[in-house]
Amino acid sequence: MVIEGINPIIAYASLLQGAFGGFYEIGETMAKAAPIMLTGLAATIAFKCRVWNIGGEGQLYVGAVAATWIGLSIYMHPAVEIPLILIISFLAGALYGLIPGLLKAYFKVNEIVLTLMLNYIAILFVSFLVEGPWRDPSGITYSPPIAETAYLPVLIPRTRLHLGIVLAVLCAIALHLVLHRTIFGYEVTIVGANPEAAKCKGINIPRTIVLTMLISGGLAGLAGMGEVCGIQHRLMGGLSPGYGFFGVVAALLGKLEPLGVLFSSILLGAIFVGADAMQRTAGVSVTIVYMLESFILLFLIACDRIFPYILKKRVGKE
Amino acid sequence: MSIELVTSLLASTVEFSTPILLAALGEVLTERSGVMNLGIEGIMLIGAFCGFWGALTTGNPWFGILIALIAGALVGVLKAFFSITLKANQVIAGLAIWILGIGLSTYLSRTVLGITPGTIMIPGLEKAPIPLLSNIPFIGKIFFNHNVLVYLTLLLVPILHFILFKTTIGLKIRAVGENPRVADTLGVNVFLIRYLCTIIGAALMGVAGSYLTLGRLFTWVEEVTAGRGWLALAIVFFSKRYPFKALLGAWLFGAAYALQYHLQAMNIGIPYQFLLMLPYIVTIITLLGIIGREEAPAALGIPYSREEPT
Repeated sequence: MVIEGINPIIAYASLLQGAFGGFYEIGETMAKAAPIMLTGLAATIAFKCRVWNIGGEGQLYVGAVAATWIGLSIYMHPAVEIPLILIISFLAGALYGLIPGLLKAYFKVNEIVLTLMLNYIAILFVSFLVEGPWRDPSGITYSPPIAETAYLPVLIPRTRLHLGIVLAVLCAIALHLVLHRTIFGYEVTIVGANPEAAKCKGINIPRTIVLTMLISGGLAGLAGMGEVCGIQHRLMGGLSPGYGFFGVVAALLGKLEPLGVLFSSILLGAIFVGADAMQRTAGVSVTIVYMLESFILLFLIACDRIFPYILKKRVGKE
Repeated sequence: MSIELVTSLLASTVEFSTPILLAALGEVLTERSGVMNLGIEGIMLIGAFCGFWGALTTGNPWFGILIALIAGALVGVLKAFFSITLKANQVIAGLAIWILGIGLSTYLSRTVLGITPGTIMIPGLEKAPIPLLSNIPFIGKIFFNHNVLVYLTLLLVPILHFILFKTTIGLKIRAVGENPRVADTLGVNVFLIRYLCTIIGAALMGVAGSYLTLGRLFTWVEEVTAGRGWLALAIVFFSKRYPFKALLGAWLFGAAYALQYHLQAMNIGIPYQFLLMLPYIVTIITLLGIIGREEAPAALGIPYSREEPT
């Protein structure tokens, strides 16, 4: 920012103002936090199991396609239609996560490269849909708007904060309970922390990995649904500015704990909305978000490693 | 298919494979020493922008390549510090470098070029046909009618092979990657070798990125690499860290790019998105093809510590 010749204090003040300055701003922050929370939870359960699912972005888009499909073709009472969309988009994301899940679990294919390739394929497929079969009659490269019965209700009037945030918070609590209160959650943790021990205890490692990827993909699929039914109300190419990847950061920032992700994703959402404001008032490019996030991540890794190191040195001296 | 078409297809295969090959060779070197660098894509992006910027300000593409080399090496220092000195999880550190690359390159480009840049053309690397050799029918067009960076990259394959398998330093690198404790006992400086390999490898990735802006597009496009760094990683798995097998893998991917490029130009009615998917699908098929035949240096991805037993 100093390179840009902009007063950093004004810039950061506008970041805070933009993210938390009022009712509307908080609403926007939470609306941005919702998809990050869901993709963050998706990354959390996968990383916990040491399955490096970087495919949140692709699974998000597949969930969005499923949600649009229902929204374009079925008109029912919202009380029926919205749960239906929830289930279908969860399943769509889960199926897209199942591909790398099965290949990782049974054939040890590298899931990082695999999920990334699937991201590119999903994004290109969406671009094909909105430029081809689902192109809006007006000619722009969006899909036509979905049925109003498929809209997620807005929580605070005149903001874009929709039901998705409630859904995301519920998912976080549910995932917390699953990871800490169920046998499956225990198995996920053991498989991630010590596969040898897991094998000795008779845990079916491939099955655990596949289930993990199903849940992970499904959560990311829900994020896509939220963007379509809550924000844009149609399918479009740039639906996600990289929520899948912010989810990775959110998961790591939240220490791979669902309740931690609850807070880290709100923080990232705030940075996002704030950076938007910063661009408007201080003229700082919004892409600074990506840089801030990578700095946070590197700082986090460094702290994680440096503090135990100093501590050990001290103990050694005594 | 006419002979002209085949020639041009194969020539662009060599051309398209160059950046992926160069990045893959960098990763081969890094992984042989036992360090896994997943930040290839990010380093390539930084290299691509730095190369562009260097050529833009000086008007000399070679200066751009130099800047990309230095930038890549600097990120390599960062990555090495995290992976070797701090002993951080190498997957997470790699992902962080990747996001850093996206952030740094888009942020810097918008800062330097403004929020909505028009197409700014830069002086790129010109084709330098090798005299005599380029006149050989068929083969001349395919191999000897490119820019200098293509030749240098192809030359690097036997050089890296020679260094890794025929020299003492290569033996040390592989020893450090297979069993750092034994290497340390025998007086090999594990940390120094790992640092050097990571930094040189990252410098190569930086240059690989700059090839995209200086050798092909002659301009800057955000996220210009479009997954090529991850393709390079897939090639490294495929090659089992042998430079010549990496060359083979890179040609396979180059062919996928060349094919989709030519098919797009021919306009045969397949939506272009499906053609663009081709390299990614080839990657997945490649990964499936090496199922059960993967091998890696024994100490790959495991930080070495003198005090702790590994």
